[in-house]
Amino acid sequence: MSTPNTVQTFAPRTMFEKVWDAHVVAEPVGEPSIIYIDLQLVHEVTSPQAFDGLRLAGRKLRRPDRHIATVDHNVPTTSVHDRLFIVDKIANAQINALRKNCAEFGIELFDTEDANQGIVHMIGPELGATKPGMTIVCGDSHTSTHGAFGALAFGIGTSEVEHVMATQTLPQDKPKTFRINVEGELPYGVTAKDIILHIIGQIGTDGATGSVIEYAGSAIRALSMEGRMTVCNMSIEAGARAGMIAPDETTFAYLKGRRFVPQGEAFDLAVEQWRALVTDEGATFDREMHIDAATLAPSVTWGTSPGMVTTITGTVPVLEDARSEADRKSFERAFEYMDLKPGMLVEDIKVDAVFVGSCTNGRIEDLRAAARVVKGYHVATTVRAMIVPGSQKVKAQAEDEGLDEVFKTAGFEWREPGCSMCLGMNPDILSPGERCASTSNRNFEGRQGRGGRTHLLSPEMAAAAAITGHLTDVREWKFDNEGAAR
Amino acid sequence: MKPINIITSTAVPLPLPNIDTDQIIPKQFLKRIERTGYEDFLFYDWRYNLDTPDHVDERKDFVLNKPEYKGSQILIAERNFGCGSSREHAAWAISQYGFLVVIAPTFADIFYSNAGKNGIILARLTEEEVQTLLAKSTANPKHLLTVNLEAQTVTDADGFSAHFDIDPFRKHCLLNGLDDIGLTLLHEDALDKFEAKHNDEFWLAPKKDEAA
Repeated sequence: MSTPNTVQTFAPRTMFEKVWDAHVVAEPVGEPSIIYIDLQLVHEVTSPQAFDGLRLAGRKLRRPDRHIATVDHNVPTTSVHDRLFIVDKIANAQINALRKNCAEFGIELFDTEDANQGIVHMIGPELGATKPGMTIVCGDSHTSTHGAFGALAFGIGTSEVEHVMATQTLPQDKPKTFRINVEGELPYGVTAKDIILHIIGQIGTDGATGSVIEYAGSAIRALSMEGRMTVCNMSIEAGARAGMIAPDETTFAYLKGRRFVPQGEAFDLAVEQWRALVTDEGATFDREMHIDAATLAPSVTWGTSPGMVTTITGTVPVLEDARSEADRKSFERAFEYMDLKPGMLVEDIKVDAVFVGSCTNGRIEDLRAAARVVKGYHVATTVRAMIVPGSQKVKAQAEDEGLDEVFKTAGFEWREPGCSMCLGMNPDILSPGERCASTSNRNFEGRQGRGGRTHLLSPEMAAAAAITGHLTDVREWKFDNEGAAR
Repeated sequence: MKPINIITSTAVPLPLPNIDTDQIIPKQFLKRIERTGYEDFLFYDWRYNLDTPDHVDERKDFVLNKPEYKGSQILIAERNFGCGSSREHAAWAISQYGFLVVIAPTFADIFYSNAGKNGIILARLTEEEVQTLLAKSTANPKHLLTVNLEAQTVTDADGFSAHFDIDPFRKHCLLNGLDDIGLTLLHEDALDKFEAKHNDEFWLAPKKDEAA
């Protein structure tokens, strides 16, 4: 039995339990708890049917002020002109439906050319709409990104989107808790992306099903907010309901001064509240796992599931490595789809395309890291490479720093912000058989375009692959400037 | 949502683990703004010969295209069915194609929730039981299964019988075809009270101007 939030308990609690308890509206007997939702993020793809549902039932939005909308999945990234005059009629109709719906129901929309437009999971943090202790949902599985701030954030389906619109709540069964401690210092050339890919490789794509993961330990503490968002973003790829990281000075410094963050005395009061969210000493988790950061290496996926992970100096597995009959079948299928020989060296895998972007790795720090690798080099003649900033803010910042020039000089395409080739809903897709080194989050069959083959990796590693034309160990990279891999 | 209880039907075997929502319905069909009309897009990349114009040519080797499995209301797959994206279009496509039940050892969380809201029974059986059923339906496409939600069982005429667990509330909603929003609004008083207090917690407000 869970404890209603009106009763003060003194038992030590996890961060997740504190956030959960503070949002319980009702606990009907024999039914899921009704949880208050502080913020719903809305985009064009998973919302039109929800708005229609409201209209059919004659319902309004209970709290339009707790909704923010943007366009990201469908928008072309080729040019401002192409975004204003979208050729794809169906995509255009969906974007127009969002505009109409936001106007009708009173939701603030950050439209295509707004200075705050971007991937929905980029703009929440950038605006300071995402804060510690909040409950945040969106009709998108990568909503787990916002957990980097100590928020409880998770993806939902369209029926649930409608439910939140109508009631600002969701009926939810309480998830289990799972703490992953990553202790020690990350080796040279190893990033947040490598941590999370390693974790998914270890526990599998259903390893955390039904659980909320708390990422803890000194290696997590040492990450920037950008790195923490990368880790939490891919929690869903391990099957987790959500991922969370305790707020600390790094979090507060990131939030201070952002548009929707309290200022002055109110900020100090808010920080006081946020500090209290950390997991109490002695609180217990349903499951714990420990990882030694010093043992990690740059990770890369070889197959068609994010759990099919190896290291850059490793090999594509052989059938005998499969841990079960089901794995064996998946391996066989993946070898064929990916056109890889079992046991071959990962570094021998040649790529045709490179994509740096997405809600996983489309932030300023990711672009800086890629630019450091690229500077002084040129993209291989056999490779098509593109940089897609995750948001207008990231794009503007990168241009201020001259990163766009570094990329363009090196032969990369410099694009407008959006989800782009992460899921290929807009025109950015792979052709059948093309192989891509991608900083995104999913390597499913056809994810980046029908017949396309995806290798997930860090921005540094993607940049290096663009230059050499094959998967490359960034730890061996000869930097043309004074910089070093982060 | 239509009430659902006892389904007797042949079953379509799809013996693969980790069938993700990108396979269940590829992204190009997510641009539509309608809630219906997804049945033709279910398992699109597996179902059609994509090298033909307009993809009209069905792949004869894919199980859904085999005439003997047409009209089946039960789908059987391996573990972690429905992983990946949160797209409810996956549940819509499965239900609109005519499936009322999916049997697998495990399901991904968001898909599990989406299926429930679309009147689909998800029956979690053990790996062994699923393998048995996959084998039976592969060997004999006419093999009939009965799924009884009330009794929480999957049975056949040869004496196969398996029990599946389901949350009592979810079961109640499926059996009665209940709409969630209406159920939540039964607690509107509690919601009003909660919200009045919660509005003052400005550190949890999405926007600054909302703060007191």
